[in-house]
Amino acid sequence: MFTDINVSQIFVLDQDEALDFYVGTLGLEVQTDQDLGFMRWLTVNVPGQPGRAILLEKPGPPAMDEETAAQVRELVSKGVMGGWVGFVTDDCRRTCDELSAKGVEFTDGPNEQPYGIDAGLRDPFGNKLRFVQLRG
Amino acid sequence: MSRETEQQNRRMLRARDAMDRRFAEALDVPALARIAHVSPAHFIRTFRATFGETPHRYLQRRRVERAMALLVSTDRSVTDICMAVGFTSLGTFSRTFREIVGESPKAYRGAHPRVDHVPTHFAMAWTRPSSFGEGRGRRSE
Repeated sequence: MFTDINVSQIFVLDQDEALDFYVGTLGLEVQTDQDLGFMRWLTVNVPGQPGRAILLEKPGPPAMDEETAAQVRELVSKGVMGGWVGFVTDDCRRTCDELSAKGVEFTDGPNEQPYGIDAGLRDPFGNKLRFVQLRG
Repeated sequence: MSRETEQQNRRMLRARDAMDRRFAEALDVPALARIAHVSPAHFIRTFRATFGETPHRYLQRRRVERAMALLVSTDRSVTDICMAVGFTSLGTFSRTFREIVGESPKAYRGAHPRVDHVPTHFAMAWTRPSSFGEGRGRRSE
């Protein structure tokens, strides 16, 4: 049976802008950034966790037709495409302060929860992300 | 659908996120329209076209949802909760709550369980009283 999670995926509308945000602002590192000819395979990970990659996929041909890609883009920009990532932080409030100072858009938090302190933010495209400082 | 539509969606989403964060404030349409960088009239039309309900209705139901959450997760008085979520009158709050939820705040408090183990934003999205029909959870089957 399975032993871990390897690659998760979220749609981004511009991969260079995605790098600015996920690497430049959030501090992730690039795992792979490779032009496969038919698409740009771009994955990032939390530093020190290269085995758990997040694929920053741009919707479009040849995987989907132009009309479908436009529909996906619209859903992403409405914030309802689905697919979100939850990160763990060692200090939720400090992370909120640091990201806030960088102009990140928060949806909520910091929130005291039974399981820890968490918060939510949006990437430039509309995707939701969360991070939690786990209790215990 | 176009890049212009995407940018418009994103601006509407920022205004909606502001309602989700700042529901306790005296947010009005001109303030929200400024966040979305459009005129008030355009904002109302576009918000409804994008999310299926007017901004006023969205905000009212956000406030009621936050009240629902506070009723079951805290011991705060109904009056205290009414003010905490942005209503300015207990009478208006009680009437609106009953109209939307179908029972009084006090009755709601006695009948509903806490939603403890999901992130706030997730609970907020799924438990805001819907304009679109109810979900089909296991319990209703």
